[in-house]
Amino acid sequence: MPKHELILLKNMMEPGYTGSLHDYERAGGYQALRKVVGKVPPAGVTGMVMKSGLRGRGGAGFPTGLKWNFLPKDYIGPKYLCCNADESEPGTFKDRQLIERDPHQILEGILLACYAIGSETAYIYIRGEFVLGAKILEQAIAEARTAGYIGSNILGAGITVNVWVHRGAGAYICGEETALLESLEGKRGLPRFKPPFPATNGLYNKPTVVNNIETLANLPHIVVRGPEWFASIGSPPKSTGTRVFCVSGHVKQPGNYEVPMGVTFRELIYEHAGGMRSDKSLKAFIPGGASAPFLTPNHLDVKLDFESVAAAGSMLGSGGVTVMEEGTDIVWAALRLMEFFYHESCGKCSPCREGSSWLVQTMRRIVAKRGRMEDLETLVDLCKNIEGRTVCAFGEAEVAPIMSTLKHWRSEYVTLIQEAEAANLIKLEPAVRH
Amino acid sequence: MLKEKYQKEIDEIISRYPVRRSALIPLLYLAQRDEGFVSEAAMKEIAGLLRLTPPQVYETATFYTMINLKRVGKFHLQVCKSLMCALAGSDTVVEWVKTKLGIGLGETTTDGLFTLNAVECLAACGTAPMMQVNDDYYERLTEQTFDRILADLKQHGTCSLKTGPFMWPEAPMRNEK
Ligand SMILES: Cc1cc2nc3c(=O)[nH]c(=O)nc-3n(C[C@H](O)[C@H](O)[C@H](O)COP(=O)(O)O)c2cc1C
Ligand code: FES
Repeated sequence: MPKHELILLKNMMEPGYTGSLHDYERAGGYQALRKVVGKVPPAGVTGMVMKSGLRGRGGAGFPTGLKWNFLPKDYIGPKYLCCNADESEPGTFKDRQLIERDPHQILEGILLACYAIGSETAYIYIRGEFVLGAKILEQAIAEARTAGYIGSNILGAGITVNVWVHRGAGAYICGEETALLESLEGKRGLPRFKPPFPATNGLYNKPTVVNNIETLANLPHIVVRGPEWFASIGSPPKSTGTRVFCVSGHVKQPGNYEVPMGVTFRELIYEHAGGMRSDKSLKAFIPGGASAPFLTPNHLDVKLDFESVAAAGSMLGSGGVTVMEEGTDIVWAALRLMEFFYHESCGKCSPCREGSSWLVQTMRRIVAKRGRMEDLETLVDLCKNIEGRTVCAFGEAEVAPIMSTLKHWRSEYVTLIQEAEAANLIKLEPAVRH
Repeated sequence: MLKEKYQKEIDEIISRYPVRRSALIPLLYLAQRDEGFVSEAAMKEIAGLLRLTPPQVYETATFYTMINLKRVGKFHLQVCKSLMCALAGSDTVVEWVKTKLGIGLGETTTDGLFTLNAVECLAACGTAPMMQVNDDYYERLTEQTFDRILADLKQHGTCSLKTGPFMWPEAPMRNEK
């Protein structure tokens, strides 16, 4: 038995649960939709979501009800819901499970969101590699359409919602909400400058809400069991509900664990994920996906909620927790992540486009034991010139691994460089800075 | 020509969006399904279908790594090399491909069967190391399963070790497949 009550993973934990419409309805599915459509006004649904304290599970943790409330009130014309199933933050693999194991839970969430914001069209932007996930969603949409939950005149209440699956094509940046919109419009995924925000000028320049898949999956439960119930779970008032944390790296039992926000990293790693895979102790962990600064064993008692992780100098982000054991080469680990960011920089902003290339080259040099002491200053200097100087938050994300490992494990960088100096190799290598 | 072959599907795709250009990536996928990659002729045709200029199609097509502008092998092995997989030994998987198939990154075997690429995180970090082969994921790779996958692909064109609807850890009571 799991120690905590499961909400999002509950159905799929039932032996034999297939995620079909039949199974979902038997587990109480689509009751939330029946409860509100034609009975509770849309603003009432938004009100419930506000009251529940639900915050976005995509990375930024923005309050969901508040986001919906930013849509212009008496607007006449199309509005859109874009569901973010891009899931490409390294370390994160929860949306995949939610989609492939219980697609109707997501569809019901989408329908509730569309009802609340008055949108007749939802696009599920799913990363291109999730071929199976896209297929499962399309089948589920077809089932829901036949059953009268999707399409025109939903549940006989005169409401129309159409849901389409749109596959991305392999670009991390398209998880960023405005790049997602560009991509959905058939363009390169280059983030837009904000403001204006998607709430007023989103998809096709129309009012748009972008929400993560896990955020949406919470909605049916909030409606059925009430916002007060939801607000009592986790670490109220600011981090309510559960989250599906993805544990990867050197633990015995990696995987997706749903726990109320506010449990400690120690509990997640040592109780749920079975502890370290060998007798080596924990050296470092990343608390919220590749974009989140590294933390140390001293942070194991930090609580998994938005505020506590921020106070510890990192972020809860996407919920991807990666554990590294003693003996892991930290500089190598930071380089691996830097290689990712270098590959995925979309190229729109010069500090990020040029800076990521410099960073990766400098890091490669240090790891290859051809570094020099000035490189450490160069790294910091580059990071400071990227952070806060880009259109989207990718800039903050890409400097996180380097800045945080330099902060906690500077001596490892220094050792690598001292070894390089001792080997006298640097004399042969002029500094490369392009 | 895509239009003659897939008229109905193309119309259906375009009808999902109020603006035709949104159908661009779906149509590039259609072209790729048809030929195995996206040719210049296909891009020109898609431009016509969506009332875009060929450069508009080209700029989008080249931005996305999943759109192949060159032919790849019948089986496209894409090994994840991001940190979480690397912690679980993904570099070794790349080495297996190199020694067993004699191809390096970006290369194709002479019989045209296998192409190797290292890619970034595919959202399977808890079941690392892993690779994607065409549409399918193969996770928790060991040298033994890896050999079997290659043999099965060669022989049958598919392998039963591919992942079905994902859940990890598996639900209690549900035994491993
Ligand atoms: C570089 C970058 C990548 C992102 N990738 C994702 C992603 O893969 N999935 C996701 O849901 N949100 C991602 N986000 C966050 C989105 O921009 C957006 O905040 C989120 O989808 C909003 O949904 P929520 O409020 O429900 O969390 C990313 C943000 C940035 C800056
Ligand atoms: S790091 Fe390989 S799947 Fe995420």
